[in-house]
Amino acid sequence: MNAVIRKIAVWVEETHSEMGRAITPPTRKAVAVAVIANPFAGRYVEDLTPLMDIGAELGALLGHRCVAALGIAPGDAQSYGKAAMVGENGELEHAAAILHPKLGAPLRAAVEKGAALVPSSKKMGGPGQDLDVPLGHKDAAYVRSHFDGIEVRLNDAPRANEIMVAVAVTDSGRPLPRVGGLTHGAAEGKDGLR
Amino acid sequence: MPEVKIRKIATQIEEIFHEFGPAPARSVKRGAIIAVIANPFAGRYEPDIQPFMKDLEPLGLAMARRLVAELGVTPDQIEGYGKGAIVGTNGEVEHGALWHAPGGYSMREVLGAAKAIVPSSKKVGAAGTRLDVPVTHVNASYVRSHFDSIEVGLNDAPRADELVFVLVMTTGPRIHARSGGLAVDDIKGEDGLR
Repeated sequence: MNAVIRKIAVWVEETHSEMGRAITPPTRKAVAVAVIANPFAGRYVEDLTPLMDIGAELGALLGHRCVAALGIAPGDAQSYGKAAMVGENGELEHAAAILHPKLGAPLRAAVEKGAALVPSSKKMGGPGQDLDVPLGHKDAAYVRSHFDGIEVRLNDAPRANEIMVAVAVTDSGRPLPRVGGLTHGAAEGKDGLR
Repeated sequence: MPEVKIRKIATQIEEIFHEFGPAPARSVKRGAIIAVIANPFAGRYEPDIQPFMKDLEPLGLAMARRLVAELGVTPDQIEGYGKGAIVGTNGEVEHGALWHAPGGYSMREVLGAAKAIVPSSKKVGAAGTRLDVPVTHVNASYVRSHFDSIEVGLNDAPRADELVFVLVMTTGPRIHARSGGLAVDDIKGEDGLR
């Protein structure tokens, strides 16, 4: 493992009811976060390849952690997302290097398939700051019931020389979807869009 | 007696490897489980609220069992614990106090011989309120290495008519504990304090 990990945190949220209506089965979202040392904190480095490799490691590690936390078979994952927050001695480009070149393939392996783009967000930030991880259907980006997000926050991270990397996976969409659009059941899942 | 109406269950597990000191051979896990339920007393002064404590016992037991399972350890490997409550703004702090008996009972029931008082915190708050839940050693409150706290919160809870009840557990001391005081090896284990 190239990443120097200080801590890993995993959250699971189950919604059993909303506005007095039972949600059966409950909708469930998981998000796993790794807090890692930023190898390039405090200096400009042109070649970000080491961070791209770290992204590949974390895509697998955090994807598997989410699936395990949900207790589902990988193929039962329905939506996913990714995000990173870079401590103040780093630069936004460090988040991009982790998230975009290599994180997706191992994440897709962890959830089986994953024809759709993995929605993402990134920002600079400090300990206690919220990071909103966007969620989209893993095989068909236009599935409207699965557009969502999940908030993560650690009171002690990211410190100035750290990066917080998050991967979110669900086995469901929003609790009471009713704004129309493409549905999970009607998605073809071939082109990643519909 | 009022029914316990669960809207949401959330869990968060942190695995800590180091905090910039020498990484110990054993990582430490800190976990929390959060239940969001309807406050049966919201919006009015109800003189007799104590029967609800009994109603909460099955919820407490289910939460304690699930938290141990999520931490991936056996009950005897739990070394620290705590509990907390956030009362939505149509309730009163006294409603949070209803968690003392069932929260403590359920963890003792699941953990077996735990002797120490379960430390706690509570407050009234709106959705997104964070609560620092104190942690102490399960058998001897004065063990200094295990004094800690775990921050919890949900962006969408508690709504005004809801209660948030929390249980927390840890599998070890602070990661680089070295502030002296009573050590685990010196616990007498008679009075729950030393």
